[in-house]
Amino acid sequence: MPDTQALVNDFLNKLKKRKIEGSQATAKQTAELLRSVISQTRVPYTNQAGALIDSVKAVGERLIAANPVELAVGNIVRRVLHIIREEDLSLTTAAMAGLNLSAVSDDEDDTDRDDHPVLSAAAVAAASRSTLRPPSLQTLLEDVPDSAAVPHTSSSGGDSEGKSKSADKSSRSRKLKHDVIEAVNELIQDINTCHEQIAEQAVEHIHQNEVILTLGSSRTVLEFLCAAKEKKRSFRVFVAEGAPRYQGHLLAKELVARGLQTTLITDSAVFAMISRVNMVIVGAHAVMANGGVIAPVGLNMVALAAQKHAVPFVVLAGSHKLCPLYPHNPEVLLNELRSPSELLDFGEFSDLMDFGSGKGAPLLHVVNPTFDYVPPKLVSLFITDTGGHNPSYMYRLIADYYSADDLVVQRRPTSGN
Amino acid sequence: MDGRRVSRAVPRVRQVGFFTPNAPPQQPGPTRSQSGPPNSNSPPLSDSPASNSLSPVMIPPPRHLSDNLGARTAAVPVPGRANAGEHATVGSYNPTESVLGLESPPASRIGDGEFSEGTESSLGWYRRSNSAKFASSFPGGGFDLSPVRQPETVAAKQAKNQPPGEANKSGTPGAAASSKPVKQPSQRKDGPPVASSVAASERTVADRSAEKERKKDAPPPRMQFDDESRVGKAKRRSVLNQSEARNRVELFRHLPPHKNGTQLPHLESKFFELHEMHPAVYKVGLQYLMGDLSGGNARCIAMLQAFQEAIRDYCTPPEKTLIRDLTSKISSFVSFLIECRPLSISMGNAIRFLKNRIAKLPLVLSESEAKAALCSDIDRFINEKIVVADKVIVGHAATKIRDGDVLLTYGSSCVVEMILLYAHELGKQFHVVVVDSRPMLEGQKLLRRLVEKGLTCTYTHINAISYIMHEVTRVFLGASSILSNGTVYSRVGTASVAMVAHAFSVPVLICCEAYKFHERVQLDSICFNELGDPDAIGKVPGRADINYLDNLTEKQKENLEFLNLKYDATPSDYISVIVTDYGMIPPTSVPVIVREYRKEYLLI
Repeated sequence: MPDTQALVNDFLNKLKKRKIEGSQATAKQTAELLRSVISQTRVPYTNQAGALIDSVKAVGERLIAANPVELAVGNIVRRVLHIIREEDLSLTTAAMAGLNLSAVSDDEDDTDRDDHPVLSAAAVAAASRSTLRPPSLQTLLEDVPDSAAVPHTSSSGGDSEGKSKSADKSSRSRKLKHDVIEAVNELIQDINTCHEQIAEQAVEHIHQNEVILTLGSSRTVLEFLCAAKEKKRSFRVFVAEGAPRYQGHLLAKELVARGLQTTLITDSAVFAMISRVNMVIVGAHAVMANGGVIAPVGLNMVALAAQKHAVPFVVLAGSHKLCPLYPHNPEVLLNELRSPSELLDFGEFSDLMDFGSGKGAPLLHVVNPTFDYVPPKLVSLFITDTGGHNPSYMYRLIADYYSADDLVVQRRPTSGN
Repeated sequence: MDGRRVSRAVPRVRQVGFFTPNAPPQQPGPTRSQSGPPNSNSPPLSDSPASNSLSPVMIPPPRHLSDNLGARTAAVPVPGRANAGEHATVGSYNPTESVLGLESPPASRIGDGEFSEGTESSLGWYRRSNSAKFASSFPGGGFDLSPVRQPETVAAKQAKNQPPGEANKSGTPGAAASSKPVKQPSQRKDGPPVASSVAASERTVADRSAEKERKKDAPPPRMQFDDESRVGKAKRRSVLNQSEARNRVELFRHLPPHKNGTQLPHLESKFFELHEMHPAVYKVGLQYLMGDLSGGNARCIAMLQAFQEAIRDYCTPPEKTLIRDLTSKISSFVSFLIECRPLSISMGNAIRFLKNRIAKLPLVLSESEAKAALCSDIDRFINEKIVVADKVIVGHAATKIRDGDVLLTYGSSCVVEMILLYAHELGKQFHVVVVDSRPMLEGQKLLRRLVEKGLTCTYTHINAISYIMHEVTRVFLGASSILSNGTVYSRVGTASVAMVAHAFSVPVLICCEAYKFHERVQLDSICFNELGDPDAIGKVPGRADINYLDNLTEKQKENLEFLNLKYDATPSDYISVIVTDYGMIPPTSVPVIVREYRKEYLLI
């Protein structure tokens, strides 16, 4: 797959050099890349899903390592893996229901599938155990080690089937890839339209004569506010400029271009103004499994001020931003420090700093973080493309999009292919 | 609300900004502008300034942010320009350096030569003597300021200045003007900004002071800018052009708009018409206008020293009493300063003190004795209330710094800087975090001064305080004023810093001299504030790549407003302790200090 390799390397470069801005663009490009990886993957007759998963994991691991702070990459990789498993599972259950076969070798799922040679019920149980379906009593009572299943499966697959299966398998193999690619296309479509779906909910939250505060710039917020404006709700917006990138200026420009009353304030004035604000609406970089938000820098301060004044703090996030990981020490581990020249010019202080004195350590540090962590207790509401949710509910959404096996994206060393 | 006030036959004009209760007064104020979200169906904002462009009596003229000190043209006769280069600290009050921007190159004085010479030399001498005094007393050495020295200094200068001063009096228009009673306001429409108010104050100064002592007075509410009747009167009397404010934020209609520094040439040309204005006061006013002087202590000291000059050069006109006439002159000076920039609370308290001293002058004193007494009172006020108070605060606060501390400060407060430098000299090992914000970027000046002295510093912007607060052990903040409900009124952004520190359980120490306390109360930052230059927000100096707002169509500009607040109110629950010259007190004890020590402070 030479051209896929080239695509992958190209994308890796862009990620490493931070050339891609924004989680939506990143998510979309990741999904497209994985789609081409999948379409290029050769799948064997048996254990197709495993092969797909492996190839996706191989690429995904490298992508995540290129920019660990850009959580959207990992999210999409895990989404695709989940899609593969889901499609495979649905194909399997359909096949079992249709063919009424009892051999477990039809189970073409992952290596940690259990081995139950006889009963289709057991096979279904095995299928359900490895996905995130709610466990039934059956699954809880079965207890078969993983590693033994693999060679047994493939060997028994070779044994117990007849020719009738081979036709199914080849059709199924084509179908799996096809289904997976279709599902990935849907995923890409979702990523593209997440703004519209979120913006549809704007009218429910913004009424007349409101005052809304936001900080920095987010395309989701822009679409959200404009959707409310379309529906003839009149409100005004305070935009905090969001130093040191000053994206708030951009947002203000966009808003006035669309006819909204906007006031641009400095970040230091947020506490002063928030007592007159009805709602704070912001975008997020990523939403973690506990409901915490990785947001542009300064939003923790805004969230604290909103809590003090009992102003609802609403976070808009597309579902591609939902990350199944829990944040540990997010200010350090999920943060990036940008160039200090955005705060102080290089050389501005060089006449004062004497490196020859004392320990020779530099006397002046400049700190310019990119992200802030907002704990879930400060967030009033998440508005995603699936509707509005409490921060305490976000972990349940993970079950819809991700599999538990994919939290650590790593190639398994014992893969059968 | 109006039951407390005595109804007056002649309506008195109310003054904007923080003024003293002796000043003209209080008519039933207009209702405060509503604080809810503005009516969305109101006419577009471009219409509303039309009704609001009328200004009250004393309107703070544009305070142009001095982000570019060196760029002033040489034609501007404002002192301090030539010294812009040496003055990284022109705006800060720092007794170790002779500051306050009062070092005027003699040649740049407006006015006739003799007058300026006398003034300049006296200024220079006084300042040099002051600086020697200050430099020796702080931070390292002992406190050897002797009050004895001051009256003699002042008296000596009085004697020195008297001959040249009096010789000039007859010749200069300034003297002529000072002899002309202010009671002829109608002849000078473009002249003194306050006419009827001063007249009214003259008339009733005596009974007003009696009345004040009688009743337990609430602090007078300030003039609200959206009160159109007084705004109309004031516009006619103001010195500066009241330009139409372009896009004013609805919520702040009750505050006077900021006018930008283009007023300067206009003001210069008016100098010869301002016959009553003393050059020192004029200079200080211009410094306020251009933003070269900022910081409560610096502004207060500059103003008081300018008043000292004016008092020294004052000569009672015939058929007038010194007390009344001098009070009215001071009032006119103050109104001019308010036009340049609204008074800070420290200045308001200082003016109240001065007027009180003037009112209490025994009638038996001769003019020169009275003037000498007043000048020595001013000196004593500056010394006791500011200089010595700062030393006491530094001594207290330095005990709160331990080795290994990480101290955070916001913006640039002179007292906090003194504390840090003093602790560094004591040999304590600590690390400083300087937090800064736009548009004034005062933290960079503080950072420069600290790094020069060898402190290890971290610099960051206000959005990053959540990131850095994990490592911080103490937060030191300065204040412009502390109000009676414990609210700290200081540079915008202080409230956010205190709030985040509180959220991370980091103690917050406010360092503030007691003369800045006030009996007013305030709940939020909107009811009373100061508006800065709105254009400073739209432009980010030095970063051409992100000036997104340069090309807007007219229609777009209609919808866009800039809001540049200068102050905000920090609630008292975020504050752990307030370090004052009366000791370290909790925020709840502020009204106690105001009440118990106010009398003593006024009487001195």
